[in-house]
Amino acid sequence: MNIPAQQNSDAIINGHPVSDEIIRCEKLTKRYRDGNILAVDQLDMTVHHGEIFGLLGPNGAGKTTTVGMLTTLVVPTSGQAIVAGIDVVTHPALVKQVIGVVAQTNNLDRALTVWENLYYHGRFFGMSARESREAADRLLVEFRLTERARAEVMAISGGMAKRLQVARALLHSPSVLFLDEPTAGLDPQSRLALWEILRKLHSEGQTILLTTHYMEEADAICDRLAIMDHGHILAVNTPKGLKESVGADSIVTISATGNLDALSKLLLERIEGATRSQRVDSIIKLHIKGTTGVLPKVVSVAEQGGFNITDLSVTEPTLETVFINLTGKELRD
Amino acid sequence: MKTITVTPGAQSPRAIRSASSASRVAFGALLLRDLTVLKKGLGIFIARTLVQPFLLVFVFLYVFPQIGQGIGGGGGPVAESSFATVLVAGVVALSIMFQGIQAVALPLANEFGYTKEIEDRVLAPLPVSLVAIGKVVAGSIQGLISALIVFPIASIVHAHGVHPNLSVHWAVLLTLIPLTCIMTSALGLFLGTRISPRNIGLMFGFIVLPITFLGGTYYPWTTLAAIKIGGFSWLQALVCVNPLIYVTEGFRAALTTAPHMQLYVVYPVLIALCALFLWAGIKGFNNRVLS
Repeated sequence: MNIPAQQNSDAIINGHPVSDEIIRCEKLTKRYRDGNILAVDQLDMTVHHGEIFGLLGPNGAGKTTTVGMLTTLVVPTSGQAIVAGIDVVTHPALVKQVIGVVAQTNNLDRALTVWENLYYHGRFFGMSARESREAADRLLVEFRLTERARAEVMAISGGMAKRLQVARALLHSPSVLFLDEPTAGLDPQSRLALWEILRKLHSEGQTILLTTHYMEEADAICDRLAIMDHGHILAVNTPKGLKESVGADSIVTISATGNLDALSKLLLERIEGATRSQRVDSIIKLHIKGTTGVLPKVVSVAEQGGFNITDLSVTEPTLETVFINLTGKELRD
Repeated sequence: MKTITVTPGAQSPRAIRSASSASRVAFGALLLRDLTVLKKGLGIFIARTLVQPFLLVFVFLYVFPQIGQGIGGGGGPVAESSFATVLVAGVVALSIMFQGIQAVALPLANEFGYTKEIEDRVLAPLPVSLVAIGKVVAGSIQGLISALIVFPIASIVHAHGVHPNLSVHWAVLLTLIPLTCIMTSALGLFLGTRISPRNIGLMFGFIVLPITFLGGTYYPWTTLAAIKIGGFSWLQALVCVNPLIYVTEGFRAALTTAPHMQLYVVYPVLIALCALFLWAGIKGFNNRVLS
């Protein structure tokens, strides 16, 4: 899944070549009225056809606000956003025809059953009674919800509710599917099940934009990622490209007692292949390139310097590393 | 009809519908959804509609005459019948009023507050304002049904010898009912968008109760002229801020020959209230949904 989105070179419609872009934001900005907070600041972003694009960042980074603007529920303060060729600000009602939205919270219609949630959604989007009925039945099968078709939506599990939300968002065949923190609050099994669903949709060519603060999720299912913090996009690339941008083969994580800044400096000077050393709160992240078997050396250098190492581990660079590199802080708070 | 070809998602390219066509269809589907929900809860809806008018009529027009409790400024079947006449109009008005609040404000307060379940309807392909108007239309339909249910009770349930003196003015009745239904549903929209779910209790205490007791349900507005301080009929003037007073007085005109507020006051004020509450309600709805 680490390959960039395929270029849709064959996307010719009505004899006209169609741009590969399906979402384009230019200087998209949102300043909330209350508190004067700049939630999203001059965001430029492009999403291509058929890719799973992820917005990765901590809570408050502006991911949900960005999705809110693209899905018409948040009115941008300035800038422009085009979704499937339609301007979000000037034609919100038209944009709603071509997007499917899965909110972070369970916003299923509690007055309706599982099946009715799908059926009436289809009717909202202009499907005939028969079309909508058939689509609802089909999606219940695809999402393994048929047995609960007549259940009240409050009676189904969190994982099922999320699947139903995804099914509902897909019912009218949207050009772009938006998911805001799709697996937040789900148990591990439901999370894997949802990833499978998203991968399957991806293989069928569905364009998907999701937000997440789980780097494993971003790594596992996204073709491309934008790393966000404080309303800005700090980097956009494939997960692989982002990890390669760190410029290290392995990351040594060191917990120790004493002056960690001094230890950090010492390690960078003395360890062969060390490209960067960074203290993040109470640990040190030492970036190593082109060398293996570095752990014993780290221990001896630290001991010679009078430091007492309490914990030591070595990993490949992760998106966490990328985030720390870009922001100087950990993704998890 | 203008069509825009969009680039395809998973499927083959498809043309999107014009905004007006999509909006029309979506609006109809929203109503269909609301009516389905109404049909599901029809038993509760009817019971809820009946309980208040039934209690009012039962206590005032059946129990009171039976136990000899004086009403209508005196005693005896004549006074009781004249009070029954007053009450029938009041009860029908009150029922529609309550319906507007219960059918629109309460569900909306919840859908906005905790569950955000309004979101899927807001994301239907129509302007957000039309979603709000759809709520008012669905609420009005419920108000209409409750008027039909309540009217027979109000005119039938009473003690032996007590007879409301009814005389239906159809032109007034048939224009007043829809106008009232829209006005009260729009009020419900306004309240539902302004009040958080945890303040619903407050809404009943400080808005619904005063509206009920100072809305002319139990007395004609014209008789309030007798309550004066220094020659000024203060209560009669004060209750004019209450939307219900125009409704009860309108129904008094529609259903009885008793004295009532002039219709040339009732209609313009009701129309103005419709416009005011619709405007404020739609504005509130947009504010709650869009940020």
